[in-house]
Amino acid sequence: MNWLIAVIQTMLFVALAPLLSAWLKWCKCLLQNRKAPSLLQPYRDLIKLIRKQPAVAEQASWIFTRSPYIIFSAMVLAASVVPLITVDLPTTASADVIVLVGFFAFARFFLALAGLDVGTAFGGMGSSREMTISSLAEPAMLMAVFTLTMTASTTNLALAMEHVLNEGMVLRPSFVFALFALILVAIAETGRIPVDNPATHLELTMIHEAMILEYSGRHLALIEWASQLKLMLYGVLIANIFLPWGIAQALGAKALVYGLLAIALKLAVLCALLAIAETLVAKMRLFRVQEYLSFAYLLGLLGMLSHIILEASR
Amino acid sequence: MNIEQQDFYTQAILSMAALVGLTSFLMLGQGRLLRLIFVFALQGLLLTLTTALAAYSTNNHHLYISAFLTLVLKVMFIPWMLRRQVLAMNMHRDVEALKNNTALMLTGASLMVFSYYVLHPIVLTSSAIMLNALAVSLSVVLLGMLLMISHRQAVAHVVGFMSIENGLFFAAIVATKGMPMVVELGVAFDVLVAAVLFGIFFFHIRASIDSLDVDRMNRLHEVDQ
Repeated sequence: MNWLIAVIQTMLFVALAPLLSAWLKWCKCLLQNRKAPSLLQPYRDLIKLIRKQPAVAEQASWIFTRSPYIIFSAMVLAASVVPLITVDLPTTASADVIVLVGFFAFARFFLALAGLDVGTAFGGMGSSREMTISSLAEPAMLMAVFTLTMTASTTNLALAMEHVLNEGMVLRPSFVFALFALILVAIAETGRIPVDNPATHLELTMIHEAMILEYSGRHLALIEWASQLKLMLYGVLIANIFLPWGIAQALGAKALVYGLLAIALKLAVLCALLAIAETLVAKMRLFRVQEYLSFAYLLGLLGMLSHIILEASR
Repeated sequence: MNIEQQDFYTQAILSMAALVGLTSFLMLGQGRLLRLIFVFALQGLLLTLTTALAAYSTNNHHLYISAFLTLVLKVMFIPWMLRRQVLAMNMHRDVEALKNNTALMLTGASLMVFSYYVLHPIVLTSSAIMLNALAVSLSVVLLGMLLMISHRQAVAHVVGFMSIENGLFFAAIVATKGMPMVVELGVAFDVLVAAVLFGIFFFHIRASIDSLDVDRMNRLHEVDQ
């Protein structure tokens, strides 16, 4: 039963990820006075791309053709260890939050390799930028995650969420910092506006789009889907770690439906806020990204320090 | 005693303490004077809120008066005066390039760890969890000093000096539930007088060396070398 729920939850993750990005796009269109596409548009795009035959460059090696599958499966595996509607999952016991960061790093490694593989100028440029940003973002993310795991005294995500749930409303200074650090890291890692512009692949400052410029057909569909999954993963992490209320703690039909509604509402609000932020903020110069990410690291560090200094038990 | 067993006011005061620490870090890395003054005003506002919360939760009515004094002096008057002077001296467009910003931030973080290490034995002697914020107040003092060392503009030095005073005030609130009224009034008026005097000094320094960059004061020799 538990395994069935885990499989269903992972499938929900995969199925709902395009919907989330459609909702984000819809909010942005509404804010920018444009006509919004239908909420089903990402699904149509994915189906269209899957039907098309991929065009692969002659120089491309096996890395280029295998990478989309590797990236997509790494993201699905990551989705299987993050509690979405219930914390009572057998998969979360086998992989903790450090494994999750490892899945992200694994997918990113292959994406960067694929960008370098064909040998176009844009691909190499995108890969080098992506690695620069992620090498700065990863310590900040781990700092934020360690703050959480020190509070819950476990690196297991489900146990940590249960700890926050059982504790009730506690205003922890360290969580405030960790939340903001994680939000800043999530924006950088999913390539949203102050760091990268997801709406265009015609800019010289692009990062994610530069790496996948050579992809087409079903390869492109898988990579797009993987990046939508990544956005949803970060959203669920932020929503369920810091505001876990509503998530199902037992496996009843009522609790599960309630959990699904709660996470849908939380993600909808989070994405609406992201859309507002993306509309208000302009994209940064590439060389200012390190300032932004070192601020995220500072927040993570202060979170950990304030956990030790202010919340110490004695 | 854990934080989850505390009442909401104590949790809020501890969160405010953490935010006061954050504003100190923000000031440390700030090269623009107007933003520096804005963050200083923000720190004053957090201090006001902390004082008011402490006054409400411990039922100390005279703390309301010092909260009010902080609001008037450190959130409104001093930032307003500094801002006016920066605008009058046309320095609001200057961006001070801080040498090795990263090292500065790391020094700041290690100062915070140092103040925790120094104050840990004192904090252990009492069971009041509010005393935990003492380490943050000491690090605000030390970060204010670091700000004065690392920045070259005289206005930044004044902001650093005032934030040292903020740290001491914060320590007084979390450790002693407020000093006697006479002392607080005295300190508040000292700060006011200091702010006015600094303003006069700005104009004198400016008139004699045509800049507020304190590094240039080293060159005030009688004879050119």
